[in-house]
Amino acid sequence: MPVSLEVNGRAVSLTLDPRVTLLDALREHLRLTGSKKGCDHGQCGACTVLVNGRRILSCLTLALMHEGDHVTTIEGLGTPDDLHPMQAAFVRHDGYQCGYCTPGQIISAVATLDEIAAGIPSHATADLLAAPQVTGPEIRERMSGNLCRCGAYSNIVDAITEIAGSQG
Amino acid sequence: MRPFTFERARSPADAAASAARHPGARFIAGGTNLLDLMKLQIETPLHLIDINALALDRIEATADGGLRIGALVRNTDLAAHEGVRRDYGVLSRALLAGATGTLRNKATTAGNLLQRTRCPYFYDTNMPCNKREPGSGCSALDGVSRGLAVVGSSEACIATHPSDMAVAMRALDATVETIKPDGATRAVPIAEFHRLPGDTPHIETALEPGELITAVALPPPTGGTQVYRKVRDRASYAFALVSVAAIVRRDGTGRVALGGVAHKPWRVEAAEAELPRGAKPVAERLLADARPTRDNAFKLPLVERTLAAVLAEARG
Repeated sequence: MPVSLEVNGRAVSLTLDPRVTLLDALREHLRLTGSKKGCDHGQCGACTVLVNGRRILSCLTLALMHEGDHVTTIEGLGTPDDLHPMQAAFVRHDGYQCGYCTPGQIISAVATLDEIAAGIPSHATADLLAAPQVTGPEIRERMSGNLCRCGAYSNIVDAITEIAGSQG
Repeated sequence: MRPFTFERARSPADAAASAARHPGARFIAGGTNLLDLMKLQIETPLHLIDINALALDRIEATADGGLRIGALVRNTDLAAHEGVRRDYGVLSRALLAGATGTLRNKATTAGNLLQRTRCPYFYDTNMPCNKREPGSGCSALDGVSRGLAVVGSSEACIATHPSDMAVAMRALDATVETIKPDGATRAVPIAEFHRLPGDTPHIETALEPGELITAVALPPPTGGTQVYRKVRDRASYAFALVSVAAIVRRDGTGRVALGGVAHKPWRVEAAEAELPRGAKPVAERLLADARPTRDNAFKLPLVERTLAAVLAEARG
């Protein structure tokens, strides 16, 4: 079946078996291999991408469900020569070891700060009626769907905290 | 995944009618549970009806002062809605206690109600499961049952309903609005929406074949202090061992619903009369017919203690 979407600012049209997930469309059909397939069951977060500005798990959605949507992958966030500030912060803080979860971590980190700025509460937000703040507990709760088996969590939190500070 | 055909529905009536025309059809909205189960071939729909383009993504005030939540409202948007945070805090809290931001951005209100159990034997296609394969037996009865039901269960099934949101909606007396393939609409009280397993654990809700959820309506705000407390094995991103949704008024009366203990959000209205006397008599009434396994008997005292903590928090 045909589907048209915009990926990293570029209009793409694909003809796909209905079973193709958004993740497989990105990796296997568009050769954007930055988004990773970890568990393929929505448990690890390695496949996190932005769809219309919101972070979702690309392994748990079908490409056909995204007609007309705008998808941003790690390749659309920055390039080796022009890193996104969050990418640069991960490098500075050594926020990874093997790097496999990193694209998902960085997409999720960027969206996490956007969600806090938009006033979306989390389980760690003490007062539902007050604007959520960028704190360690907020970042850890909001990033809990992005697993890092190397255990770079504390450096990841440091990188996100630094970017939140530079934005504030 | 098994092969399936795919269509995009144009209206709720169109979606329901198409579901009746296509044997083995399923609606897909967020897809976060259904696609996981399709990859494992636990769900094997022959036809998917994508309902994401339907205009069911709004939260509106109702004439009686309540809220109507469209079936496609994402969990993030429902939890963050100003009126929900202010007047239905237990619902915001329950939503935020479930899953992760990435999943809540996709998961819908209706889909959350229709989540399948996370019983490990439902997921293990090498093992008997009456819910997955009716008549095959229940592996959990003599298996690993730590996370499973303690009350309302049967010899056929001891699965739990995994939703946090539904527990809050049960405490709030929500109503599930639907449309059937013939175009008829109805409103089902949430108390009657989810079923106990009995000897047909594969039938989980009151929905008829092809019937589509269009909205969930909340009655006008009840006031009171609203608390959702979830006890789980990790601080985040884990299903409840036990959860308590409570609405406690200043005079000590209120409502309590439990998650993680039964095949549906568990509420016993008669138990609520005991609320002014504290957690112990309420928990005793809620769990009067409990039949825990050796693995999950700990949930009985855990319910009482969690409820005690919730009541202490509510009373400040």
